[in-house]
Amino acid sequence: MPAAAARVVLVTGVSRFLGARVANTLQADPGIERVIGVDTVPPSTPLGRTEFVRVDIRTPSIAKIIATAEVDTVVHLNLVTSQTVSRAKVKEFNVIGTMQLLAACQRSPDMRKLVVRSSAAVYGSSPMDPAVFTERDEPVEAPTSGYAKDAVEVEGYVRGLRRRRGDLTVSVLRFANFLGPGVDSPLTRYLTMPVVPTVLGFDPRLQFLHEDDGVEVLRRMTVEDHPGCFNVAGDGVLLLSQALRRAGRPYVPVPAPSMSMLGDLGRRFGGMSGFSPELLRWLTYGRVIDNTALVNELAWRPKHGSEAALADFLSARAPGPGVPLQLFDRLTAAFSRGGPPG
Amino acid sequence: MNAHHERRLDGDREDEGARVIPLDSARSDGHRRGPDERGALERGIASGLAFLRRRIAGEYEVDEFGYDPDFNAAVMLPVARALYERWFRVELLGLDNVPEKGGALLVANHSGTVPLDGLMLSVAVHDHADRALRLLGADLVYQLPLLGHLSRKAGHTLACPADAARLLGKGELVGVFPEGFKGVGKPFADRYKLQRFGRGGFVETALRAGVPIIPCAIVGAEEIYPKIADLRPLARLLGLPYFPITPTFPLLGAAGLLPLPSKWMIRFGEPMPLEEYGEDAADDPMTVFNITDHVRENVQQMLYDTLLRRGPAFF
Repeated sequence: MPAAAARVVLVTGVSRFLGARVANTLQADPGIERVIGVDTVPPSTPLGRTEFVRVDIRTPSIAKIIATAEVDTVVHLNLVTSQTVSRAKVKEFNVIGTMQLLAACQRSPDMRKLVVRSSAAVYGSSPMDPAVFTERDEPVEAPTSGYAKDAVEVEGYVRGLRRRRGDLTVSVLRFANFLGPGVDSPLTRYLTMPVVPTVLGFDPRLQFLHEDDGVEVLRRMTVEDHPGCFNVAGDGVLLLSQALRRAGRPYVPVPAPSMSMLGDLGRRFGGMSGFSPELLRWLTYGRVIDNTALVNELAWRPKHGSEAALADFLSARAPGPGVPLQLFDRLTAAFSRGGPPG
Repeated sequence: MNAHHERRLDGDREDEGARVIPLDSARSDGHRRGPDERGALERGIASGLAFLRRRIAGEYEVDEFGYDPDFNAAVMLPVARALYERWFRVELLGLDNVPEKGGALLVANHSGTVPLDGLMLSVAVHDHADRALRLLGADLVYQLPLLGHLSRKAGHTLACPADAARLLGKGELVGVFPEGFKGVGKPFADRYKLQRFGRGGFVETALRAGVPIIPCAIVGAEEIYPKIADLRPLARLLGLPYFPITPTFPLLGAAGLLPLPSKWMIRFGEPMPLEEYGEDAADDPMTVFNITDHVRENVQQMLYDTLLRRGPAFF
């Protein structure tokens, strides 16, 4: 539909990894006239023909940009999931920023489409969860803290906008945890700790999404019309213990309370990001989402499964100490040849 | 079925792997054995090493429910199999009634204070029907440390309609104990008396998935931990559904945890096809109640028959 085709695209959170990648992909599309990137800090990587505007989306000035540039498509990637700044500030960004942005979108007559980055964290993590969440499922225990709660609230405001502006094409994407060579998140920092603490007695099922697939999904959602809410995750599931073994990282199971204490110590003295309550719950109970609806809608499947995403992430990092597997190979070879050496 | 073959392979490999466990003693015995035996031993050691290597490198696959066939066949089933073969001397009846492939819902009675019947049923189906049994467990299991993830690795999942429907949709054999805690925790005096079959949710699930129900009677589990009393206040304190007193526990301390060596029989009944009811039947509570009662009567009858056939409990 040419009427709905994206002409002027606004990307929020452009100075961060995902925003920059999406802006770079969109500007390569000749059908898009302008790509405008906004964020509160200047971008660390060159953005090409993307026009960067330094603006705080928590202020009404975002409305001015949308109105003057006649923005017809907003790609909202501003959800902050890490704990590098204080929780109160993160919440300001996530919730108040989204409210301002959506208010501006509702007012603008040029608006055609909204693509929102949400998170699979909206499903929460609990032992009573169904094994696999589909988009229709409600969380058994709704998240009560952190960015997961923000994402739930953001989705609520987006639903409100959709009700008031029925003419908009609104896509909400619930992303699994990103993983890949370029990703820096609480998860990647956790996976690369020298000795990784895990929650004693639990081995959660995890799912990853490769950064390239995430960018491709966002591109398709922007240039094509796919209204609705979709789970986005790579195929397949890994257990935490399995992922850590593949990473060659030694891990130590510790009781959950000591785990959060360790996280606090790490944050205070080691400059690490600590374990937020929602990360800790995820590392205890895990979560799996069903990407069937997305695959059917796009007639496309993420190129990397969870395993491949992890492998690609690991290949870009220094390997962990691990166990010398060659020793096993030599022993096995010796035995299958018949008789131990010597 | 692809997964089917893989599982067989795992099973074979595992059998060899299990023999290797006393590594050092086996090696020192090597001198006194014949050349053939020695070759088998070395192959066994090699496959044991290969298993260890796979585990350490994380090179195995789990499904979306967390089922780890490699680990299940190599570690969990051998432990259960020892109990199955040597301790409870399980005998199977009506094994032909377990379909070779395709989705089906196995409905069994639940008993024994500690749900070892689920474990024994998995061994029976895995070893003798060549299928993985995917049990639906109580949510308590998934809240407890260790038990939750071991249960998932063994292929089981939480008893909720979504998981059951998903497993049946993938053509898996799903097992369910509709009595739940009412069955497994009933006093010894009520042995072999079926309790209420939940709220009939399992029938709804089978109707929606269009799969047959296979009734199953497990005889012998009632006698493993005869529950003669229940310490309710302690159970409440620990967040458990009951705290059992058996003739040996807590009287004999840790030794009281050993199950009594009762003789077991597991009988699989004829599959009950549900096609005649049509798809709307799942939304008709009266039909669901009727089918639930029918299944329950069926299992109860099978229980009495098998109980007669077994005779004394411990010989």
